[in-house]
Amino acid sequence: MPEEPLEKEQETEEIEAPPASAEAPARMLSIGVSPHIRDKDTTTGIMGWVILALLPVTVYGIYMGGLSAFIVVLMSIVGAVATEAGIQRLRHMPVTILDLSAVLTGLLLGLTLPPKLPFWIPLLGGAVAIALGKQIFGGLGHNIFNPALVGRAVIFVSYSKYMTTSYLATPKAPLITSQSIKAINSVTGATPLAAQGLVRKGELTISASRYYKPLLFGNPWGCIGEVSAVLILVGLAVLLYKGLVDWRIPVCYVGTVVILSWILGMDPLFAALAGGLLIGACFMATDYVTNPMTAWGKVIFAVGCGVMTTILRFYSNLPEGVMFAILFMNGLTPLIDRYVRPVPYGVRALRRMEAEAEKLGDAA
Amino acid sequence: MSKQGFKTFKGGIHPPYNKELASGKAITRAPVPAELVIPLNQHIGAPNEPLVSPGDRVTVGQKIGGTDAFVSAPVHSSVAGTVKAIEDRPSFTGQIAKSVVITADAEQPAFEGKPSKPLGELTADDIREIAKEAGLVGMGGAAFPTHVKLSPPKDKPVDTVIINAAECEPFLTCDHRTMLERPSDLVEGLKLLMKAVGAKKGIIGIEANKMDAVDTVRSHVSAEPTIEVDVCDVKYPEGSEKQLIWALTGRKVPPGKLPSEVGCLVQNVGTAVALFEAATMGKPLYERVLTVSGQGIKEPANLRVLVGTPASVLVEAAGGMVSGAAKLIMGGPMTGWAQEDDTASVVKGTSGIVALPPELVDVRDEHACVRCGKCVDVCPMTLMPNFIVDSVQKEEWEKAELWGAVDCFECGCCSFTCPAYIPHVDYVRKAKAEIAALKKR
Repeated sequence: MPEEPLEKEQETEEIEAPPASAEAPARMLSIGVSPHIRDKDTTTGIMGWVILALLPVTVYGIYMGGLSAFIVVLMSIVGAVATEAGIQRLRHMPVTILDLSAVLTGLLLGLTLPPKLPFWIPLLGGAVAIALGKQIFGGLGHNIFNPALVGRAVIFVSYSKYMTTSYLATPKAPLITSQSIKAINSVTGATPLAAQGLVRKGELTISASRYYKPLLFGNPWGCIGEVSAVLILVGLAVLLYKGLVDWRIPVCYVGTVVILSWILGMDPLFAALAGGLLIGACFMATDYVTNPMTAWGKVIFAVGCGVMTTILRFYSNLPEGVMFAILFMNGLTPLIDRYVRPVPYGVRALRRMEAEAEKLGDAA
Repeated sequence: MSKQGFKTFKGGIHPPYNKELASGKAITRAPVPAELVIPLNQHIGAPNEPLVSPGDRVTVGQKIGGTDAFVSAPVHSSVAGTVKAIEDRPSFTGQIAKSVVITADAEQPAFEGKPSKPLGELTADDIREIAKEAGLVGMGGAAFPTHVKLSPPKDKPVDTVIINAAECEPFLTCDHRTMLERPSDLVEGLKLLMKAVGAKKGIIGIEANKMDAVDTVRSHVSAEPTIEVDVCDVKYPEGSEKQLIWALTGRKVPPGKLPSEVGCLVQNVGTAVALFEAATMGKPLYERVLTVSGQGIKEPANLRVLVGTPASVLVEAAGGMVSGAAKLIMGGPMTGWAQEDDTASVVKGTSGIVALPPELVDVRDEHACVRCGKCVDVCPMTLMPNFIVDSVQKEEWEKAELWGAVDCFECGCCSFTCPAYIPHVDYVRKAKAEIAALKKR
């Protein structure tokens, strides 16, 4: 029936065509609900600033890890963005890769991976991060768990051999003398946290303070994003300056780990600098979507992350616990939001008045 | 208290204020339009009945609509002229409103003031009666009848009268100009308000971006031990009744209660001056000062305007709109009403007309909420606006009520700050309508 759509087209044309006699309105004013002015912030702008804040550590990580580190980061981003676009096409939804959220997820994933991985592992990680971490819940804003960490968790348990042994181990950092790294490597080839685990068991003797300088300026035993604590803190400073993250989360998270580690006998500064704690506390735990809405909720969330991280570091078979700690607390976020709410304006006054009225009633 | 020691509240935003566009312009009289459209109901409360018929002659200040109900305010003719019709006209909210259409005479006589008792001899009942007869309503926008506010319940004595001189809406400067040009009338009006409710204290709360007004008004209350001028932090919505009471007195009005619950009465600058005019010369509320401003207006101005004047006349009086102006708002940009055209007329509660150029008009689409929490941070009622929106999207009205949709006064801070462009206020209005419908059932 080819005529039918034709007819419909004609009909709509008739309806839309302005009556010939009517004068065109002199001016078209736009209408809409108040407020009529808006702040300049956009979701894309926020994502862009977080990516910018991650750039120093990314660039330095790639400088230290070389071409293979670059490929790991690139493949993570490609995997995440392609999966986002693919799933949105399949679901007949607008493709929103230009909002940069998938780029950020891919970048964050890449930074939590070791620099020497076969290219398909980060690609798969990026795809899993978006598919199972984000789109399966309904896309941006609806996911319960941090997508980058979901991606990392899946490849961590699937390819743990690659994930735990693909570190640089050889230094290429401008501020670190190769002697100091070699000296440490001559004692142990393990990552700093694993080495301290052996120290606790009495199987190894190496002072935690020997790791300070590499961890701050050029750490060869970690993931791409763990190369320099200083550059992560530079990124955090950018986010705090722009008002994009709540200081409570990184401060309470790292603070909890430091205090608990100190109580348990670990060098507190080492506990703060080693492993994925800083990048996790500054860039993963602060993910808007997966942490609580209120200030006190954020404090509970961050302290919970700190407690879990310390427990996993000290009492599990894993050397590091940041990833699973944040994922665990992500799962508790809806519960925290449900019970930790601000008291609306005047409600306390109302309760006080009702209590007084009751007292008066009792007296009478 | 804010960092600078100014009085403040929790939450709120700092929009671009753009006050300098009009704050230096002295109040001038707007032209008398050829035809005025005066809506019969310009207040919150019982509807008025027309007291004139088509063809009738009316004089300036003649009562043309009223009712015997207590919660109501009569309306008066702003001109001498002839009633052309009493018919339904679209109002500034877009709703149809029964209005008295008056053709103004070419020659307008001055308002003939009635001599009244000296101010000192007026009793509280006299003042309430004056406010009622003059059709006084809150001129900050809510338009609640003033004499009702002046009649607090016997068991809730009012000890503090607050003059709301925050004027926190961007662009608007009419209260600012009134304070600069008529400070003594404002203070006399405040004294009348205090007498009407037997309050021992009067506070004039002014935002810190109007320090010249603070100085002027302070110099006029130096001899009044019961009246103080307090400086408020420059933050929207400082001029919201509940937020202003909190900032100035530290008291919080419980949800669903009136300010008299905590011993306060709040009145706008314009209302206080109008009460003074009504008490001294029997002048009803048929004209008001408003600001015509915005980057879309050629010569922003503060105008003394007759109620019923169409917006087009006032835009013209302010030099007209710049070519390509994209939005015309009755009221301020945070809570005002966008107009389809410039025909709607000014009512007692219209504090401004703002025109915005296209670059200030948002056309971005609503995105998914990323739970950034900005709306929670800025909500002056400490609600969680994103959860209200979520409940409305799922049509869970009870949940929307639980999240405080009814307590929201639609200041728009959440929508202003939202990076995902979610129109929270729109969702809240929907929730309020549905919750009210559920209650009726």
